[in-house]
Amino acid sequence: MLIFCLLVVVIFSFTFDPGSEYTKEAAPGILWVAFTFSGMLGLNRTFSHEVDTGSIHGILLAPIDRGAIYLGKTIGSFIFMFIVEIFTLPFFIVLFDLNLENHFLQLVTIIFLATIGFVAVGTLFSAMTVHTKTRELMLPILLFPVMIPVILAAVNATGSILNLDEWSKILGWIRILVAFDLAFIVLSYLTFDFVVEE
Amino acid sequence: MERTTLLRKMQLIIGVLLFIGMLISLYNVFIMVPTEKKMGIVQRIFYFHVPSAMMSFLAFFTVAGFSIAFLVKRNLWYDRVAVICGEIGVLFTTIALITGSIWARPIWNTYWSWDARLTTFLILWFIYVAYLMLRDYVGEDERGARFAAVFAIIGTLDIPIVYFSIRWWRTLHPSPVIAGGEGSGLHPDMAYTLFFSMIVFVFLFLFLVIARLRVENSRMILAEIKRTHILSSN
Repeated sequence: MLIFCLLVVVIFSFTFDPGSEYTKEAAPGILWVAFTFSGMLGLNRTFSHEVDTGSIHGILLAPIDRGAIYLGKTIGSFIFMFIVEIFTLPFFIVLFDLNLENHFLQLVTIIFLATIGFVAVGTLFSAMTVHTKTRELMLPILLFPVMIPVILAAVNATGSILNLDEWSKILGWIRILVAFDLAFIVLSYLTFDFVVEE
Repeated sequence: MERTTLLRKMQLIIGVLLFIGMLISLYNVFIMVPTEKKMGIVQRIFYFHVPSAMMSFLAFFTVAGFSIAFLVKRNLWYDRVAVICGEIGVLFTTIALITGSIWARPIWNTYWSWDARLTTFLILWFIYVAYLMLRDYVGEDERGARFAAVFAIIGTLDIPIVYFSIRWWRTLHPSPVIAGGEGSGLHPDMAYTLFFSMIVFVFLFLFLVIARLRVENSRMILAEIKRTHILSSN
């Protein structure tokens, strides 16, 4: 997942002349393409191991709330994806020759919030697509259209941060991210029962 | 068998009303209503564009409603209605997107712009195509119905967030002419034509739903006949 993410960043940095004026404008988009693609790789495998070996039945038999399984899986996916993102970030900054000054923490906040939204819905959908004929294809088809607000907010907020804009300019996007995160964690938590029942 | 005859009768009645209504509506749109001053003849596509867009919203709200009903009651007929409305919703969304593009070419000088409403509609289209694909690819009937219902609920709640996030980004679509702010408003003939066309589209919607329900009904009867036949031949 990490190597894939780094490769996407590297390949995209080949497509622009070094020091070209477009590099800076395209950088946020490239970063988030790398993150969403590698996140998708990770999410695809959230449930595949359990379903293939049949241990999903064991997990479902456990005398706990099914929502807890969902939250556990979500937190697990989140940690993986967040680590990959944090490791990719220095490479990204070096390869695209970006100057963040003291805005590094703001960028990490955006990545943190967007990743929560991404895995919250992604984990739920992953539990569905693992039962379809074309697992790897179906997840992006379901997830990408629903993810539009998150990706849009993340790319634009990242763009503002790279331009070293004021905090107030980013606040609107943060609001959208937080609203999305809250709405979809609650909704996925509630509907997860219907997805895993046998 | 009762359901079969009931559906056939309903389809016949609605079909006749739809046929008459469609003729009147076509007369209204192409002959009766005055041509808009600034946009000219192309504005007439408005009477197909707006009702299609409205019908796609109606269809998708029905999908969400029946999906929730299915998850609560577990009646497979609710799921059938949801899928049917999903299919018809995709159809109307496609019509709305195409007619909108045709209108936009002479008026905005471009087929497409990344405006909030256009983009939201495009995303809506993608979400419901994904919904139909998911329904198909799961295979098992009951499980597919559950998954599709959950996805429909998530997709429906996603639409307002998509809309607001894109509106933050940029917007160009003309502001709503019905119940809009100051300076908006329609010539009475235009309002009448639009209203009539809207009603005709509701009938078209109902007609399509009933036609599809008849197909589903026949499919269920066929499955029943197959089952009893296999049982009796053993």
